[in-house]
Amino acid sequence: MATNPIGAPLQKPVQERESVVIRFAGDSGDGMQLTGMQFTTESVLAGNDIGTLPDFPAEIRAPAGTLYGVSAFQVNFSSKNVYTAGDDLDALVVMNPAALKTNLPDLKPNGILIYDTAEFTESNLKKAEYTQNPLEDGSLDKYQVYPVEITKITTLALKDLNLPNRSVMRCRNFFALGVVSWLFNRPIEPTQKWIKERFRRNPEVMEANLRALQAGYHYGENTEIFASSYEVKPAPIAPGTYRNITGNTATALGFLAAAYKAGLPLFLGSYPITPASDVLHELATFKNFNVYTFQAEDEIAGVGSALGAAFGGAIGITTTAGPGMNLKAETIGLAAAVELPLVITDIQRAGPSTGMPTKPEQADLLQALYGRHGEAPLPVIAAATPADCFYAAFEAVRIAVKYMTPVILLTDGYLANASEPWLLPAVSDLPEIKVEFRTDPHGFFPYLRDETTLARPWVRPGTPGLEHRIGGLEKDYLTGNISYAPLNHEQMVRVRYRKMAKITQDIPPTKIDGPDRGKLLVIGWGSTYGSIAAAVKEFQEQGKAVSHVHLRYLNPLPADLGGIIARFDKVLVPEMNMGQLLRVLRAEYLVDAVGLNKIQGRPFKVAEIAARIARMLEE
Amino acid sequence: MSTASAPKLTRKDFVTDQDVRWCPGCGDYSILAQVQKVFPELGVPRENIVFISGIGCSSRFPYYMNTYGFHSIHGRAPAIATGLKVSRPDLMVWVVTGDGDGLSIGGNHLIHALRRNVDLKILLFNNRIYGLTKGQYSPTSELGKITKSTPLGSADHPLNPLLLALGADATFIARTIDVEAKHQQDIIRRAAEHKGSAFVEILQNCNVYNDGAFAALTDRETKADTQLVLEHGKPMIFGKNRDRGIRLNGLTPEVVTLGNGVSTADLLVHDEHDPVIAFLLSRMAPPEFPTPIGVLRVEQKPTFDALMNRQIEEAKAKFGEGDLEKLLHRGDVWTVP
Ligand code: SF4
Repeated sequence: MATNPIGAPLQKPVQERESVVIRFAGDSGDGMQLTGMQFTTESVLAGNDIGTLPDFPAEIRAPAGTLYGVSAFQVNFSSKNVYTAGDDLDALVVMNPAALKTNLPDLKPNGILIYDTAEFTESNLKKAEYTQNPLEDGSLDKYQVYPVEITKITTLALKDLNLPNRSVMRCRNFFALGVVSWLFNRPIEPTQKWIKERFRRNPEVMEANLRALQAGYHYGENTEIFASSYEVKPAPIAPGTYRNITGNTATALGFLAAAYKAGLPLFLGSYPITPASDVLHELATFKNFNVYTFQAEDEIAGVGSALGAAFGGAIGITTTAGPGMNLKAETIGLAAAVELPLVITDIQRAGPSTGMPTKPEQADLLQALYGRHGEAPLPVIAAATPADCFYAAFEAVRIAVKYMTPVILLTDGYLANASEPWLLPAVSDLPEIKVEFRTDPHGFFPYLRDETTLARPWVRPGTPGLEHRIGGLEKDYLTGNISYAPLNHEQMVRVRYRKMAKITQDIPPTKIDGPDRGKLLVIGWGSTYGSIAAAVKEFQEQGKAVSHVHLRYLNPLPADLGGIIARFDKVLVPEMNMGQLLRVLRAEYLVDAVGLNKIQGRPFKVAEIAARIARMLEE
Repeated sequence: MSTASAPKLTRKDFVTDQDVRWCPGCGDYSILAQVQKVFPELGVPRENIVFISGIGCSSRFPYYMNTYGFHSIHGRAPAIATGLKVSRPDLMVWVVTGDGDGLSIGGNHLIHALRRNVDLKILLFNNRIYGLTKGQYSPTSELGKITKSTPLGSADHPLNPLLLALGADATFIARTIDVEAKHQQDIIRRAAEHKGSAFVEILQNCNVYNDGAFAALTDRETKADTQLVLEHGKPMIFGKNRDRGIRLNGLTPEVVTLGNGVSTADLLVHDEHDPVIAFLLSRMAPPEFPTPIGVLRVEQKPTFDALMNRQIEEAKAKFGEGDLEKLLHRGDVWTVP
């Protein structure tokens, strides 16, 4: 007889599912992020492909039980390839009424709802702004509802440990995790291992959490309420070594890898801002890689210090979100004028102003492309998925040093915190980043350009015989001396544009997902990748001539893009903004492209894009 | 910082081929001359010296120094210099700024560079006016200043650069005057020798928009009575006949005349290491007091750049040189066969 991971015989029937989307929701103090991450690890080890999405409140310690204090974590695990964290929920676990109220709209009809009975008290219902008890008014009738005595049984299981009530309450999330681990046939060993490691200095808490987890698992097995459990078979995943990675961690590692490949120190100048701070935190732990992390006095000093480090011959980078980009704009203009390598990362969030700091948006594209004074074109690169942030950050550095230019890297709050399995690359397989500092004084001019890249020489101060001055004033085309000559200025503006155009030689042929001509081309950029890819796939499986192009290079655009666009009848551009790439494409290619715009601080659902595709195919 | 092995440098080695574009008679010329005079004596190869400036008349300075130079944007020089110095501790980094650049638009960066004790030498040319933008009042202009932007007189109280530097706990604070060549050279030399943020206020005449702002201080007739030249360990004496001094009355300084029972022994003795004296000096101003010039304060403290680099060395000692392959595989990894 088969046994479950803790050795008890499996008795209940198992139903197979292709994929499941589950969300854990509770108060910010309920440990939902941790629960979700552990469930993710369990799913990964069960061989599924996964996508995750955390959703936490902007308030650090919102009052318990309130609607705005709800924290959630969503996991999509599948026996097929996963592109997103999933649309609607197959299962929802709520720890209190507020979590139920804010998350129930996303649960599919007949979806599984698990809730903690003890938390549905009159006062909690009031805090969640319920006028009547949803458990009693029939509003949950269309779901499979499982009342679970999470608080009560956790308390019972830990009784003889004599822990203070507060500590007992903090173990409830592991009880809940135990229940759903049973329900979806997940191995709980990884979580047991994690608990043992995490609380190794606190044996009592370790024991309490282990017991809660186990109690939850047994509860699922033994109680009458679950008639069966579910299984999601392993997905066909390319062989190799994987780790689960969030976009922000991948961004940090991408920068680190690029500096490592270039053999130069990395200097990050940054000012704390949501959702970018984690890149700073992450890089601050890699000092032994010659990484300088400088928490500057403001956004301007963040980019200024990075530019200073670049002047000194380091890989200078800065990280921020939209409001910080505005503050950095003047310095980015200077970097464009002095033509030093620098990477400015904008981890976009919903704006304007403070907007919704923890929610993603793609509304900084035009700012990245044009948000400077004067004619200051810059390369703009966007990451498509959490793991892709690694390659996008790496590429941004590569372009910056090769072409001696600041580069803007765009990710967003969704990519920053979402995670996916990442097939680890071999360091030797990463592209080379070759940096040759100029040391030869013979024939040296600060603005003497390389013919193939139009890059000016990079000279480290400290090099004898090459002392020179650079600055924001317009420079003579060759000598770099101050020049206000009218024709020289035009020549300089034009050469800076020409340099951008040169970068197209580094852009690989555009990958078309689907037929290379047909009825409809969906063009996206950034974090919409997953939703678009999944939606387009649905149509391709029905044999429809729908293709998908996802742009990594927003400036310069790939040289072959115009030709590709011309081979399709219609073009759809889904964006989490009011149509910014859309404007660029219409202006650049005179194409009557159509936008699909969602500005809710939430990623597109696959179904939303699919519905629009269907309509466009019918029209 | 590496010191010279190369042949001895002369003033000429620090002169560039660029035309100096300040107005004739501007105080900046003298400052440039003193810097170019002192630099060969520092024993630092010129390729290891970097000048970083912001925007304003003073900020043209790097173009005229044959070292590495970066003329940046308004107010941001200390931030750019911090990034450079931290990642390149082998370089000697100078910041040239003005009262508008350093105290108005860039005040924040100046404060933080000073309190971090980044090993930067910061020369602030204080002419109490906006020159490059053609004559608006500045944060150091006196109350009631009549300029194009304040035809009825400015209504804001001026900022005291030395007090600001003290408030930011700068480890070297000095003041000198554009036309006092010898004094200026001494101060520049001392700033160069200081390990840590060296803040030097240079009173500078803008003969076009604020001519004579420091006339009483620089006039041959009056300067002995209006300048208090500070010397470490010496009593504070001034005056044409060196017969006046500063005495402490309780916690309050006062000007006294020597004789009639008042002797040098009663006078306050300058101590560069005493922050209280630095505070009293930085508040002394005419008409009640002479203007102190010299080094107000020196303190030895670890520099920011040294601490940052030490962290890197310590991390390497503890974890070894970074190994990227290992790092990528750190934590929960799994293998799909
Ligand atoms: S405007 Fe004043 S400070 Fe500027 S260069 Fe002329 S005299 Fe000197």
